[in-house]
Amino acid sequence: MAEIFTKLQYYFSFPFVRYALIVGLLIALCSSLLGVTLVLKRFSFIGDGLSHVAFGAMAVASVVRLTNNMLLVLPVTVLSAVLLLRTGQNTKIKGDAAVAMISVGALAIGYMLMNLFPNSANISADVCSTLFGSTLILTLTPFDVWLCIGMSAVVLVMFVLFYNKIFSVTFDESFTKATGVNADAYNLVIAIITALIIVLAMNLVGSLLISALIIFPALSAMRLFRSFRGVMICSAVISVVCAAAGIIISILASTPVGSTIVSADIVVFLVFWLISAFTGRAKA
Amino acid sequence: MEQIICKDAALGYEDGIVTEELNFTVSSGDYLCILGENGSGKSTLIKALLGLKPQVRGEITYTNGFSSKEIGYLPQQTPVQRDFPASVREIVLSGCLSKTGFRPFYNAKEKELAHKNMHRLGICDLEKRCYRDLSGGQQQRVLLARALCATEKMLLLDEPVTGLDPHAQNDLYELIAKLNKSGITIIMVSHDISSAVKYASHILHIGRKQLFFGSKNDYMTSKIGRSFIETEAQENG
Repeated sequence: MAEIFTKLQYYFSFPFVRYALIVGLLIALCSSLLGVTLVLKRFSFIGDGLSHVAFGAMAVASVVRLTNNMLLVLPVTVLSAVLLLRTGQNTKIKGDAAVAMISVGALAIGYMLMNLFPNSANISADVCSTLFGSTLILTLTPFDVWLCIGMSAVVLVMFVLFYNKIFSVTFDESFTKATGVNADAYNLVIAIITALIIVLAMNLVGSLLISALIIFPALSAMRLFRSFRGVMICSAVISVVCAAAGIIISILASTPVGSTIVSADIVVFLVFWLISAFTGRAKA
Repeated sequence: MEQIICKDAALGYEDGIVTEELNFTVSSGDYLCILGENGSGKSTLIKALLGLKPQVRGEITYTNGFSSKEIGYLPQQTPVQRDFPASVREIVLSGCLSKTGFRPFYNAKEKELAHKNMHRLGICDLEKRCYRDLSGGQQQRVLLARALCATEKMLLLDEPVTGLDPHAQNDLYELIAKLNKSGITIIMVSHDISSAVKYASHILHIGRKQLFFGSKNDYMTSKIGRSFIETEAQENG
């Protein structure tokens, strides 16, 4: 036990490890809050689609050698999020197909661009780390960390301020519109927050695993809790705990960060699912 | 006191009119039932009344200080709602949302209003229960309580008894009639002609255009009303 602590202490003496932990926890917190809304609105796959768009945009950014690729990735992803959430509202099949189309399209073009205009000798390692986020999180600069803290703060403040509106729009859009509330504006807010979180989360778990970060905590919380607020809070707690556990385990066992966090989420989901299966009906 | 006046309105999309020649008025305390086949433009009419979709021609005016935002709407349930993890209280309270404006949280007055409406519909004991664990009839009461938080003047109900068992249907009709007697105007879109003629004070029957508007008694003696009631009676055996 003491050995583990010495090892952790040693690792946490490096600033980049501390950065990774801060950023990881913030991203986990934001994505889990949003996940509840996305899962309930039947938009679970939007995270996947958008993260592939972000991957494509990142490839383009590295081809044109932008010093700060966020400048391109962020606007492109936000724009796609707005378009996808807008088309996906009434026409279910169309929305599904649109997500699938944009997501694989961006993935293919991104990979092709990285191969046509290679920036480094080892393309497959580059691609792998973008997709699975294995090393990206350990290469964060202080600027990245502050950017992440700033964006998380924006997301959290928006969530608290718009909590009741988000609930109403998620539960019943037609009713919300009928009472004269501008539901479209709040859908837009949700779309923008989604895109922000996905761009942030790419650093942590890579673009292939973002969906897991968004949906697992929400699904786990829904096994046991029966009120919207309860689900939200539980989902946030699960996500933060799993992210912390995942990062620490990955340091100790030298496993990839992203997949370790997602594995922790899966374990929690299974536990919650078993509890709900055994207790039958859960408490309110 | 008139609340809604619809004059020669035509509804639909730019490339096609769904229903037209709509001429009717809704007055305070009315119980108006809107009848029509599937595809006759009932849902388009709902959207127009709620002010979500402007009419193509004609006029829909709200009079005597009434506005389309004061209509408490009870939409048809979506699959998303049936397994939504939210407590009854959270849902009823969300009816007060339009009163909050830019204020991020509900104040004591709105919480009191939500409580009052839960009491009124007899769902106080369900306050902490989860919406998806309720029966269909209980769910509709929750949504009615929410609509009442949004308005005290008019309720617009879109096929409220769909999917309920006959007993629960009857309960809901009685509850709506009670709300109507307490002074709330009711507009109900329905398939159920026998209950429509039992409870409503006015009938609006639409097809590609308006087929009938008037009091219930006139409808029952009119040609279209008689034939519609007869076919329904035959279908029900």
